[in-house]
Amino acid sequence: MEFKQTRQGYVDGLLELAAEIPDLVVLDADVAKATKTVDFQAAHPDRFFNCGVQEQHMLSAAAGLALEGFLPFASTFGVFACCRAGDQMRNSIAYPQLNVKIGATHCGISTGGDGASHQSIEDIAIARSFPNMTVLVPGDYEEAKQATRAAAYHVGPVYLRFGRDTYPVVAEIHGDFEIGKAKLLRMGSDVTIITTGIMVSEGLMAADSLTEKGYSVRVLHYPTIKPLDEKAIIAAARETQGIVTAEEHSVIGGLGEAVAGVVTQSYPCPVHRVGVMDVFGESGHANELLDQYGLRAVNIVEAVLNILSEPLKKESYGSLS
Amino acid sequence: MTDRSFLAAKALKTRKSIIEMVHRANSGHVGGSLGAVEIVVALYYCLMRHRPEQPDWRDRDRFILSKGHCTPVVYAVLADCGYFPESDLQTFRRPGSHLQGHPYQPKTPGIDASTGTLGLGISTGVGMALGAKLRNQQHHYYILCGDGELQEGQVWEAAMFANKYKLGNIIAFVDRNYLQTDGHSETVMPLDPLRPKWESFGWDVDEIDGHDFAQIIAAVQRAKANASRPTMIIAHTVKGKGVSFMEHEASWHGTPPGKDDFRKAMEELGHGV
Ligand SMILES: Cc1ncc(C[n+]2csc(CCOP(=O)(O)OP(=O)(O)O)c2C)c(N)n1
Ligand SMILES: [Mg+2]
Repeated sequence: MEFKQTRQGYVDGLLELAAEIPDLVVLDADVAKATKTVDFQAAHPDRFFNCGVQEQHMLSAAAGLALEGFLPFASTFGVFACCRAGDQMRNSIAYPQLNVKIGATHCGISTGGDGASHQSIEDIAIARSFPNMTVLVPGDYEEAKQATRAAAYHVGPVYLRFGRDTYPVVAEIHGDFEIGKAKLLRMGSDVTIITTGIMVSEGLMAADSLTEKGYSVRVLHYPTIKPLDEKAIIAAARETQGIVTAEEHSVIGGLGEAVAGVVTQSYPCPVHRVGVMDVFGESGHANELLDQYGLRAVNIVEAVLNILSEPLKKESYGSLS
Repeated sequence: MTDRSFLAAKALKTRKSIIEMVHRANSGHVGGSLGAVEIVVALYYCLMRHRPEQPDWRDRDRFILSKGHCTPVVYAVLADCGYFPESDLQTFRRPGSHLQGHPYQPKTPGIDASTGTLGLGISTGVGMALGAKLRNQQHHYYILCGDGELQEGQVWEAAMFANKYKLGNIIAFVDRNYLQTDGHSETVMPLDPLRPKWESFGWDVDEIDGHDFAQIIAAVQRAKANASRPTMIIAHTVKGKGVSFMEHEASWHGTPPGKDDFRKAMEELGHGV
């Protein structure tokens, strides 16, 4: 299996786009070596602006550049973009619907050794809660590049989520990238696995092992969290016995709750969420942490088997009242 | 140069408009709006190049109300300039109105940037000014900050950034009225000595009486003449200026005048100039 960085996909996307869009500029907040925008700086020093350790100013200044017709990509770690500069993301960018792209790296528990302060596990929840915001969570290097390109050609604010580590390259997701469109990776009729971001490889491994056991598993991949492709979710709810979501994010406010929100309104079915169980992370190697926090194929398999062994008994709810 | 009595008449009309707007909405900020009247009037009627009939004219000077709660003073002037009908002022802070409590650029003709949470307006203005500099455009960015607002860390982030990129197209004001929501600024969180703070951040600093048109105009001309660095004009003002019982009173920061106070205020203003 080949492994590559999603943040490198971001910057390689930016480098391609630089030639196509003269108004594209990149801002960073003293983490350019980490976000990889240093590559952009090297290629286009006059289109790169290092704001220093000033995430709040960076997002508002990016809004100012957008008001003057530029296409700014503001880059920093997810935790700084969403938490430190959440007000600026909301009020400078999302509310006036400005054409600013936020390139957030070091998202998820796989950020590793820096520990909980740097592991963004709530950024999807924050970004998707802002009206006007588009939220993209690509699954591998290539998809990261595609998402960056799509963001550039989409008019309006976009939050782009990338990790720090290297992640498996998943050829199956390299088809056309369209904002708001889920990717059907496996057709199946027993249960559905819905993944976002780097969990796609774990989701596919889980599906393979379940298929070996004789189950028919559907796999949907969601590189766009918002706007959410509701049709594919509702079809999965109708046609399979339940849904397991998998995300490298808190189970609160992310993909899982977004999916649950759709099915509870349209076609109730069990939704089991695989994600970080409302706890902060800790320091460690990415692989250790993905094991420790239950973000692996085995955890997805377990959730699927739970659904299949205990199908929702609607009549049992009657006795509660 | 625009005639002084013309500006004074505009200032008086603006003050009445502010009181009416906030009274009618029963919501809004009178104190900081009244205190900034001369600055905003001088900018729109004398100093800024702008076209009310073409609000998105590319080469216009921009105005950013970083102390975004003071929309009444700006809306009053924009309406008088003809950006939108004066009758719209009656819809201030009402459902369906384009006149939101805080400036919202997508909706209101003449509003150049959305603000509202203190500190982010100056950053947005600084980002805009960088954009204009990259394109070699010649217009200016006028930014109005509150003094309490300067307590926000983001303001000093913007100050550093404007210095780094030598954004001489920025002419900012701080409305130095020594008052903020909870009282006197030096009690709530001291800002003095303010001038050396901005100087040490690499800005040209000027200090004026913010109610004196001649001083406002002269300070802006000095700032324009020295285009190598951003300028901060510390404008000493009286919060609530023009309505005796509102002057120097923190309590009139965000309290709308009721019926009696409205009548008293309008009477006072009616006798002016
Ligand atoms: C980030 C943020 N915090 C708090 C507020 C609430 N608030 C509105 S006005 C104000 C005081 C502003 O004082 P100052 O900047 O001195 O304005 P002025 O005296 O000119 O009215 C505060 C705290 C806000 N709008 N934004
Ligand atoms: Mg004040």
